[in-house]
Amino acid sequence: MENTREVLRIVTVGHVDHGKSTVIGRLLYDTKSLPEGAIDKVKKIAKETGKPFEYAYLLDAFEEEQKQGITIDTTSLQFHTAMRDYVIIDAPGHVEFLKNMITGAASAEAALLIIDAEEGIQEQSKRHGYILSLLGIKQVYVVVNKMDLIDYNEEKFNVIKEQMNDFLANLNVHPLKYIPISAFYGENLTSKSKKLSWYTGETVLEALDLFTQETGLEAKPLRLPIQDVYKFDNRRIIAGRIEAGSLKIGDEILISPSNRTTKVKSIEAFVEKDMVDTLSAGMSVGITLEDEFFNKRGEVISHKKDAPLVSDLFKTNIFWMGKNNFVKGKKYKIKLVTQEVECEIIAFNKVIDATTLGTYENALEAKTNDVAEVTIRTKEKICFDKFSDNQNTGRFVIVDGYDVSGGGIISGLAKPNEIIATSFSKNEVELPINCFDEYYYDIKASEVKRKLAKATQYSIGQDVPCIGSSYDFKENFDVIALNVSLVAKIRGGKLVDITSIGKYSYAPIAIINESGFGINISSKKDLLEYIIDYQKGVNDIFANKWLDFTKYRTIKFTSTIQGILEYEI
Amino acid sequence: MDHLDALEAESIFILRESYKKLGKLGMLWSIGKDSTVLLWLAKKAFFGHCPFPFIHVDTKHKIPAMIEYRDKIAKEFNIDLIVHTNEEAIKQGMGPHCGRLNCCKALKTDGLQQVVTKYEFDGLILGIRSDEEGSRSKERVFSERNKDSEWDYTNQAPELWDQFKTDFPKGNHIRVHPILHWNEIDIWTYIQRENIPLIDLYFAKDGERYRSLGCAECTGKIKSNAVTIDQIIEELKVTTTGERAGRAQDQEDSYAMQKLRKDGYM
Repeated sequence: MENTREVLRIVTVGHVDHGKSTVIGRLLYDTKSLPEGAIDKVKKIAKETGKPFEYAYLLDAFEEEQKQGITIDTTSLQFHTAMRDYVIIDAPGHVEFLKNMITGAASAEAALLIIDAEEGIQEQSKRHGYILSLLGIKQVYVVVNKMDLIDYNEEKFNVIKEQMNDFLANLNVHPLKYIPISAFYGENLTSKSKKLSWYTGETVLEALDLFTQETGLEAKPLRLPIQDVYKFDNRRIIAGRIEAGSLKIGDEILISPSNRTTKVKSIEAFVEKDMVDTLSAGMSVGITLEDEFFNKRGEVISHKKDAPLVSDLFKTNIFWMGKNNFVKGKKYKIKLVTQEVECEIIAFNKVIDATTLGTYENALEAKTNDVAEVTIRTKEKICFDKFSDNQNTGRFVIVDGYDVSGGGIISGLAKPNEIIATSFSKNEVELPINCFDEYYYDIKASEVKRKLAKATQYSIGQDVPCIGSSYDFKENFDVIALNVSLVAKIRGGKLVDITSIGKYSYAPIAIINESGFGINISSKKDLLEYIIDYQKGVNDIFANKWLDFTKYRTIKFTSTIQGILEYEI
Repeated sequence: MDHLDALEAESIFILRESYKKLGKLGMLWSIGKDSTVLLWLAKKAFFGHCPFPFIHVDTKHKIPAMIEYRDKIAKEFNIDLIVHTNEEAIKQGMGPHCGRLNCCKALKTDGLQQVVTKYEFDGLILGIRSDEEGSRSKERVFSERNKDSEWDYTNQAPELWDQFKTDFPKGNHIRVHPILHWNEIDIWTYIQRENIPLIDLYFAKDGERYRSLGCAECTGKIKSNAVTIDQIIEELKVTTTGERAGRAQDQEDSYAMQKLRKDGYM
């Protein structure tokens, strides 16, 4: 029986209309991997729609895709060479279908990044290159398609090669090959092209066989996340998939994050032949343990000497696919192997426009299709590894409401003291503030934007920026922050004291809250009422009654918001 | 681990995820090779148990041998089997003569929708595969359907790293596709390796066999002399016809399956 043939999953990515689907369609056609009638069906559709024949229709199965000539969702098809079987995944190139591109690419082991020789590098060429690096796909060929449109010119090919190499090198993606082709005419796809006689490398088909299958998960430290615990009969079976390493009966194991140790008592299976002695990475298994603790889904089994990291604070690189922006402070759900826990972003260390690599430091949010470096805090401690140590346990998704909206990889632990927020401080007491943030009205987008003040800690006696470009609090003012029950006093432009709200007494000077909004207090009685109302709950009625945005602040008009928000790297 | 081990492990992982994360669950069982492999995988995933009911949407037009076989296996495997028919449509004389797509819609799609509503399923496990036809090649492993079982295929949820769609509003349900990434030869190789019992309609008799099973009137046989699994696999390696070429409803329209499946067809 021939059931041990290797199967490799490859994805084609790149900008819209650069020919991803055509490359695959033609590859399938030339290798005779298509069922009878498939080509006839496409010819029939071309005739019906009055459009020219497209190999892409072989993959773009939806009516909407064929009628509009675009790929909406990812597809996979199978073909084989003498060496092995392939699953080739077609990913859409439109930016609006980025989530579908990521769905397709996330399961691939290698990628073909397709670039149109005439159009050259475009927005999605870059963004997809970036996504490949975040997905950990290291084996990449850049395929320069439509060489017929530039007369199979070697110099022009070399220009694209150099530009792309420069860009990808920044992302730590190093393409193994650059291959010139014309997919529509079948040049250099499955056989050498006379028109590209200057090119001495492999055809696409030959090059595919040079990709290698990734191995090595078995040799890594054991990670068995508990998926479920079954008690269908007298056995209490711990079920899960081994994400890395291997496990034997009798092994001493550690269960994290509960930090308990026990031994593997038995390996369970439905059929006799599956009752093996050693379980290893990739298997969906069932085991029983010597000590029956209250084990639950989400806990991770490892060997004691090679335990996973356990923390509630870590640094990550994420890509955001959600309809709504990804914002600081909002509660999301993180799913990492079988763990699910509430989390929030406590710092957007960097938001990156994936197409220009322009960066925004200390931002408040990431928009759809942005990538970002963020620090995440989870409600409870979870187990993980750095992505560079273990792909399977170093990556996660973020759920916003009902939707998986982001994906990310863990770059390392974060230390609490690395997270600097702007604050007033006195000895150990800290009062976090946003009162020095600036507000702008972007004339082009008709939107109000806030720029966070550069993170700074102001201590007693230090000068504070009383006047900014969109606020003026004068030299003497009080900052009442009921969220932390503290008041800061600024006199002569310096922070002079921080006291608890209980010890504070009303003085007739400017009073703002921690965001820099004027508070409508003009007597002791008002102060008392303000505190009582706050305790009843903060809502729009409370805010409209007590807060006055324009008392000491304004919103500055600008037509250069990008320049204002952007920092140099 | 070889390729088949990897597929099996992935499918078991998916079955266990659906059991853990999706409230009320049922598995569609059509008696064919794919859903019989699914039955076997469920037995493996849950250590010999089947912790959810199996559902057969009986169109009353099935090949009679399928129904006999269904009842025999249900007994042998101790399956909790729900058999449902869209009686209303049958009473009104629904059949392929009313138009094949109308018939599929009434007896299969609507029949299935009635089961989902009656039992309030949050999840339905189905044995579809991406290599069967175009619209299935675009499917997700966890694929959401609204309260009318409709599939919003132009706006599917992202699915990556085996983190599936497990959050959805009450009333919607998830179609779970544990063998989406298997191909036809994988199925046969696995049936042979695991020695899974299978209905004999797939094996040649008088120079013909069924390659895909469905309703009697709309399912054609192929010319074949394959009487063993080895012979079937050899035949599939060289064939240039599609698996569902004998399924008449697929040929009705260039986008027949897409249209049927948008409304909730399996």
